[in-house]
Amino acid sequence: MYGFEALTFNIHGGYLEAIVRGHRSGLLTASDYNNLCQCETLEDIKMHLSATEYGPYLQNEPSPLHTTTIVEKCTLKLVDEYKHMLTQATEPLSTFLEYITYGHMIDNVVLIVTGTLHERDVQELLEKCHPLGMFDSIATLAVAQNMRELYRLVLVDTPLAPYFSECITSEDLDDMNIEIMRNTLYKAYLEDFYRFCQKIGGATAEIMCDILAFEADRRAVNITINSIGTELTRDERRKLYSNFGLLYPYGHEELAVCEDIDQVRSAMEKYPPYQSIFSKLSYGESQMLDKAFYEEEVKRLCLAFEQQFHYGVFFAYMRLKEQEIRNLMWVSECVAQNQKSRVHDSVVFIF
Amino acid sequence: MVGSSSSWSTALVKISPYTFASIGIAISIGVSVLGAAWGIYITGSSLIGAAIKAPRITSKNLISVIFCEAVAIYGVIVAIILQTKLESVPSSRIYDPESLRAGYAIFASGIIVGFANLVCGLCVGIIGSSCALSDAQNSSLFVKILVIEIFGSALGLFGVIVGIIMSAQATWPSKG
Repeated sequence: MYGFEALTFNIHGGYLEAIVRGHRSGLLTASDYNNLCQCETLEDIKMHLSATEYGPYLQNEPSPLHTTTIVEKCTLKLVDEYKHMLTQATEPLSTFLEYITYGHMIDNVVLIVTGTLHERDVQELLEKCHPLGMFDSIATLAVAQNMRELYRLVLVDTPLAPYFSECITSEDLDDMNIEIMRNTLYKAYLEDFYRFCQKIGGATAEIMCDILAFEADRRAVNITINSIGTELTRDERRKLYSNFGLLYPYGHEELAVCEDIDQVRSAMEKYPPYQSIFSKLSYGESQMLDKAFYEEEVKRLCLAFEQQFHYGVFFAYMRLKEQEIRNLMWVSECVAQNQKSRVHDSVVFIF
Repeated sequence: MVGSSSSWSTALVKISPYTFASIGIAISIGVSVLGAAWGIYITGSSLIGAAIKAPRITSKNLISVIFCEAVAIYGVIVAIILQTKLESVPSSRIYDPESLRAGYAIFASGIIVGFANLVCGLCVGIIGSSCALSDAQNSSLFVKILVIEIFGSALGLFGVIVGIIMSAQATWPSKG
């Protein structure tokens, strides 16, 4: 019953919630980012990071340091924390934690299939996969020629199997189909996750459904903008939108017929939460849209920590950590390429 | 034959007042301990998890556990007081109104104390859990949240006071 979670949540989830809140206190603050932005070389970055929670992970790296190494070690820290929490969790928290990684699994699957299409080596692709989304038979993906084989050989044993029912065709995989497959899978995953959170009920449902609705709407806008000017028909585009969220169903009708960014903007400005995002961009500009969306997402994720006794803090922490890793990657790249003036273009401060 | 509409009230009145008194004593300690245990586990699980990243909070936040424990002690004290009020009456006078009154008074006292301590223990436990988590992030918050806990633990005291007043007037009829 909503409002009385405090009575029974701590039986199974109290310890892990306290742990995830402890991890949250280790996220980098604005002063850390200021220090990092003033670094001249990657060695300086490593020195600053060794004073934060990332210290043990970066200490033993030999110089010269690459940005990919920094990002890899930081991701390793996230994976270690996640695995620690997953092993200690009971139902339904363990299923909830597993749901968080399905998005990465989808990305990994698409990465390997696309890479194979472009004749890259499988080992090289496996190294680029996100560690949270790995599963056992992932290397076999390189063998599949079309979606039906993809499903039958590999994916039927993974948690992604139920998401495939809508996108199995016998066509051979090419770039367009793969993108459509990615978006269809992600749509099915988001809807499944949404239903799962609703079933848990209480504060988890309220907080998670809000965050997931924003995610669905953000993906709808990105799909629209990315498919302007391609051969994706309006009906196909509409099929890729999720069936929940603030934009469902009337916003989706308007977005499906948009042909340029200004039409997208006028469709979105009818919704107050998104109107504030679009008002930050001037007309005709879309590069800052990603950053505006990230900022809005970070704001909502930080709000999830305001309430106790729900599972939304786990999801929020994972997403905030990923945002931090994106920030670190951007800062490292700017420093490595000597473009420090552009550092603040894409860093989203969490606190 | 007595009308059937009075059969329930007759049945209730014919239950021995000793039954009511003993159940009251059982509830007084049983439900109080339930409240205290519930509060302690709510606080304890958050405290253990938060102390991993912030070990300094452990000693201070044991106060929350102590407040929950106090709730159980109130239950024990009142149960001991109540059991001294149980006296024997001669079997001819066991269903006198005086006897029934004494039995009901002890029963009510037990329920008052038991349930007041149940909710007090829950309240202190939940606040204690939030206190541990906030203290781990920002140590200036501890004292402020402790004030809330103190108000919460006063609820158990209210129950004990009223319970003891109730039981003070539980006088069984004297012999003869």
